[in-house]
Amino acid sequence: MEALKQELKSKIIEVLNLEDITVADINDEDALFGDGLGLDSIDALELIVMLDKDYGIKLVDPKEGKTIFKSIEVMADYIAKNRVK
Amino acid sequence: MTVNKNYIHSFCTIQKNTVFLNGEVVFTTEENSFADFSKKVYKHFEINYPKFFKMDNLSKLAFLGAELLLTAADENSAENNTALVFANKSSSLDTDVKYQSSISDSEDYYPSPAVFVYTLPNICLGEISIKHQLKSENSFFIFADYEPEFMENYCNILLENQKADRVLCGWVEYYNEEYKAFLCLVDKKGETEHNHEQLKKLYNK
Repeated sequence: MEALKQELKSKIIEVLNLEDITVADINDEDALFGDGLGLDSIDALELIVMLDKDYGIKLVDPKEGKTIFKSIEVMADYIAKNRVK
Repeated sequence: MTVNKNYIHSFCTIQKNTVFLNGEVVFTTEENSFADFSKKVYKHFEINYPKFFKMDNLSKLAFLGAELLLTAADENSAENNTALVFANKSSSLDTDVKYQSSISDSEDYYPSPAVFVYTLPNICLGEISIKHQLKSENSFFIFADYEPEFMENYCNILLENQKADRVLCGWVEYYNEEYKAFLCLVDKKGETEHNHEQLKKLYNK
């Protein structure tokens, strides 16, 4: 699980072009949206694409993202339970 | 219609790894890509706007030019009714091509929402408007070449009809690592008269 969390942090920084943010800057429990990393709605769509592309998880309802993308901790847990690749 | 004189308050040009402000070189570097060059400009002018790094190259180019002109002007003015009138030749083709390549393989079909949102040229106007809190007139035109006569007329109409207190206008062209931005901030005060001869001269400087 720890490796997956680190992997997710790296992917998020790369996919969302988070300049000047490193893996070490993101805590597992930090909010990804709002006051946390300050991600926006387009970022949420990019994360949905990332789930599909890298883990084979297709979100049928984009609103699910609100729960799944709460934090690295929650996201990693969801991916570990639902990934098909 | 009697047109009062308008003036070029300030202007900037960005091309070939160099930034000119009012005709003077204010930053130059040697980089192999626009991505590296634009990042150095961002850092050099101490711009703090993380969303910059999510923009496509056309928006980055327009944003940097606008930043140089509007940030200085905003410090001296409470006015925020600044219209934006931009034009270029290649529209958003650079990003369109990138997006197309990302969806051309049906076996590897993962269209990027973050790239897709930049597949219109006028998105760069939105980025500038968001940054500077502009709720003003804005237009983006596609021309084969820079058209100073059109820019002069369009700016004059906006100012004379009180659609704007000032206009940020010019050329923002980006395609395949070839780029040029030439932006002018036009208002009713200044020393350099705003007319097409002057615009042509400054564009070609």
